[in-house]
Amino acid sequence: MTSKQFGDLAPGEVYGSQGLTPLLSVRGLRVSFFVDEGIVRAVDGLSFDVFPGQVLGIVGESGCGKSVAMRAVLQLVEPPGRIVSGQILFRPDPSRVIDLAGLAPRGASMRAIRGAEIALIPQEPMAAFSPVHSVGDQIVEAIRLHWRQWRPDGPPLTRGEARQITAELFRDVGISMPEQRLDAYSWQLSGGLRQRAMIAMALSCKPRLLIADEPTTAIDVTTQAQVLNLLRDLQRKYRTAVIFITHDLGVIAQIAREVVVMYLGRVMEQGPVDDIFHAAKHPYTRALLRSIPGLQVTPRVPLPIISGSLPHPFNRPRGCPFHPRCSEAIRGECDERVPALQPVGERQRVSCFLYHDVEAMS
Amino acid sequence: MDEAARQPERRGALAADVVDVAAPPSAAEERVSLASNWTLVWWRFRRHRLAMASAVVLLGLYAVVLCPDFFSTQDPEFTEARLAFIPVQRPRILEGVGWSPWVPAVVGKRNPTTLRMEWQVDPAQKVRVRLFVRGYPYRILGLFPWSLHLLGASDGSTTGRVHLLGTDRLGRDQWSRLMHGTQTSMTIGLVAVTLSVVLGVLLGGVSGYIGGLPDLVIQRLIELLQSLPTIPIWLALTAALPRDWTPIRVFFAITVILSLVGWTTLAREVRSRFLSLREEDFVLAADLAGCSRARIIVRHMVPTFLSHIIATSTLAIPAMIINETSLSFLGLGIRPPAISWGVLLQEAQNIQTLALAPWLLIPGLVVILSVLAFNLVGDGLRDAADPYSH
Amino acid sequence: MTRYALRRLVLLPVLLFVFSVAVFAIVQAPPGDFLTSYMATLASSGSSVTAEQFEALRRDYGLDQPLHVQYWKWMANVLQGNLGLSLEYQRPNTELIGERLVLTVILAVFSFAFTWLVAIPIGIYSATHQRSVVDYVITVLNYVGVATPNFMLALILMWVAYAYLGIGVTGLFSPEFVDAPWSLARVLNLLAHIWLPAVVLGVAGTARLTRVMRANLLDELNKPYVVTARAKGLTEWRLVLRYPVRLALNPLVSTIGWYLPALFSGSLIVATVMNIPNIGPLLLRALVNQDMYLAGSILLIYCFLAIIGTLISDVLLAWLDPRIRMEN
Repeated sequence: MTSKQFGDLAPGEVYGSQGLTPLLSVRGLRVSFFVDEGIVRAVDGLSFDVFPGQVLGIVGESGCGKSVAMRAVLQLVEPPGRIVSGQILFRPDPSRVIDLAGLAPRGASMRAIRGAEIALIPQEPMAAFSPVHSVGDQIVEAIRLHWRQWRPDGPPLTRGEARQITAELFRDVGISMPEQRLDAYSWQLSGGLRQRAMIAMALSCKPRLLIADEPTTAIDVTTQAQVLNLLRDLQRKYRTAVIFITHDLGVIAQIAREVVVMYLGRVMEQGPVDDIFHAAKHPYTRALLRSIPGLQVTPRVPLPIISGSLPHPFNRPRGCPFHPRCSEAIRGECDERVPALQPVGERQRVSCFLYHDVEAMS
Repeated sequence: MDEAARQPERRGALAADVVDVAAPPSAAEERVSLASNWTLVWWRFRRHRLAMASAVVLLGLYAVVLCPDFFSTQDPEFTEARLAFIPVQRPRILEGVGWSPWVPAVVGKRNPTTLRMEWQVDPAQKVRVRLFVRGYPYRILGLFPWSLHLLGASDGSTTGRVHLLGTDRLGRDQWSRLMHGTQTSMTIGLVAVTLSVVLGVLLGGVSGYIGGLPDLVIQRLIELLQSLPTIPIWLALTAALPRDWTPIRVFFAITVILSLVGWTTLAREVRSRFLSLREEDFVLAADLAGCSRARIIVRHMVPTFLSHIIATSTLAIPAMIINETSLSFLGLGIRPPAISWGVLLQEAQNIQTLALAPWLLIPGLVVILSVLAFNLVGDGLRDAADPYSH
Repeated sequence: MTRYALRRLVLLPVLLFVFSVAVFAIVQAPPGDFLTSYMATLASSGSSVTAEQFEALRRDYGLDQPLHVQYWKWMANVLQGNLGLSLEYQRPNTELIGERLVLTVILAVFSFAFTWLVAIPIGIYSATHQRSVVDYVITVLNYVGVATPNFMLALILMWVAYAYLGIGVTGLFSPEFVDAPWSLARVLNLLAHIWLPAVVLGVAGTARLTRVMRANLLDELNKPYVVTARAKGLTEWRLVLRYPVRLALNPLVSTIGWYLPALFSGSLIVATVMNIPNIGPLLLRALVNQDMYLAGSILLIYCFLAIIGTLISDVLLAWLDPRIRMEN
């Protein structure tokens, strides 16, 4: 265990599940979409923990359900989608536990949590801002809504005060000329600036947990590096836990401490980032890692790809969701029963029959 | 696997996920993933019960269009002042327990002061109605002489009067006139829209795909036509039709006039679709693969918005029907002795007449029904065909 | 944005010129002219005119000149503000049109207000409560409203009022106020009568507007910025009104400019049915009788209104949507 893993923790805190209570615990989350043609099980039994101040990375192909799961945490799943079962336990402080899955999506409790306790950086920053309001106005609105985060006892913030705070936030996230940018529209800003403004909005109410949904997907590599650095700095400064969603393994390696690998709505493997990258257990994770082009790879050898393609949402495979594309599938077992997520090693968990014989039971 | 691994170790709080499960896919889910696009469209359309019901209504109306005489009970041109304003004879199906359709008879009395015949329904006297009777002769589609009718008085004579929708001030049977009016009005709607669509797709396609000078000219033309106020121009154009033209010529002229302005909206849409499609990767790919221009247009570009065109056309027909009805109602469209819904409603213009004979409004209800049906079917088609509407 | 508006204004006279030619052509299109139909009316009532009288009349009315001369004379007069003389009524057209214009405008304004005040809130409610019972009822009413021609609704309402309530609802005034000078009582009388034609005119428009508002809003409700707003913790009503409704209204506002000419045209048929003395029936008679200066002038006014309407729409849209404003 190198010091860089402990870098974010206070002295005395031990990394790992012993001793710390998770900030967010998702248990058996199931989200389905009831469309005319049938039922799409977008999230099919997802479980993970996020600890205070930790960066959890969720990685998976497009369509594996990661975004939907994060929407579910904030109760933002729109009909025809619905949380079918599972728990989303949120512990803002050690004495309170709230099951977010049980809250009314439009109720006051959920609204108080959104933005102030858990914030979202959505995909597509271009479309995430309203095109007819200035970015400053949109952030000021959030700040004034959750004024208690800034002034717990005092009177609500005025517009001028909120604007000042927003300008400070802009400065924090590295937007030059913050006062002028307050009145800019989102489409007047470059991709990188827009993303920074989005991050500023998410952090504006001092949330305990930040959910970043593919924040680096829509921007170029240079800007990507800047945004990642920014996120790392901010995370350290504000001690925010971050759930970072991406399909890019390289990004995960840079920013996450703990990684969850998802496929077709289920967790395939989970563990510390070093273990996942250097000692991946699940065939899917291994195949993903193998398919990254790297500088050390032998030239002129075909890049290993994962055979087959993502199944049609209405045509989910029987048994383990990955088995049709798995080179190590055990006939008679992997195509009949669904593996449960089980520990292997000290801090890793895998759902694969190669390591356990435990089936997910109903 | 050894025994130790079989037992779930209690680590932290994650022990609970042994109880989750994912069920295998069902046969229904498999069918969906294998269906073709048009099949999916049909399935989605089928699920709209209202749209399906409306489609059935439309089929019924077009059956009338094909052969209105079959559905008529009397010759629509037959006038007799004595038979004016006969009220509606409501049909009954059952008599006692048996199946025996009949209508109450009408009894006429001459009013001593106005010397006009006044008719009233007398439920005590019955006129038996039969299906598939022989009546006045006609020609199917103008070619084959025939004389079978769907309904009629069972004794076939004129003493038993069957006026399912009453008569107007000239004694003409409204039901039969309605059948013929349906033929005219529905046909005009369909033909006018077809013309509009052809013009619109053609000119819009040329404009969008070829660009350059034709595009410029067509664009300016569209702007010009769209800036013109439609109703006054229609009024002016239809008023300009010579009074001595035959009804058929008037019919065609009205159709052309109605479609002359309608094509612009579709042309604009088609043009913008073509413009954006031109830049699409799949068009570029087809071009690089060596397809000819015509093939690219017909085989690759048009199918992407064909369903949209169909839906838009279906939704454009009601507007044409209402326009024709309004124009004819004002006396500027289809003119008597030709019959259309608007012409039928002309009889209802006078409030006093209407108070005497409210059944003259019934063609208006048919207008509403047909427009409603077209709108529902069009909406159903549009929802079913557009994959992004969900 | 001023440059944008100015550019459109410059094109105005060009468009008007083109339209005036088109209008003139349409009015002249029927064979014969005003005199031939006048002759026909005379003949049917039993009197007749000698050949010399006919020729004299032609010269008087200026109908013996070639067409392009007639056109230039007409346009020259129009540009001086003289809309010519009505051949039928033998009065200046400006007078004839003027006295009816006020009523036309009043009717249009009431109709417009009714349409928008009813349609927008209903559309918003319908979209946010999709698939509820109220939504279904509204949808059904919408469909029926769009399917009913204006005049049909007018006829039905008039019939119901007459047959069951014994009220004659034609015209805009009760008999005693028709020719009376303007007074408070007359205004109140007008208000009491105008609601029916305003509603009739507005119903189809309301139905259409509700459907469009509902469809637009449904589109916007699925967009990412709505999710962002919700993720901030805003109440549903606040965020719906502030964000998607604002954006859904944009394309609708651009149609406001179209409303005025559309209302003027749409009221043509309703006015004829309900015996309302506005411009509609005037135009109809003029067209049928080939009273060409009157018909031409009215049509020209309509074209002018249509162009102004488009201009207003575009300016409004640019004002409301900063994206368009800044890109010009």
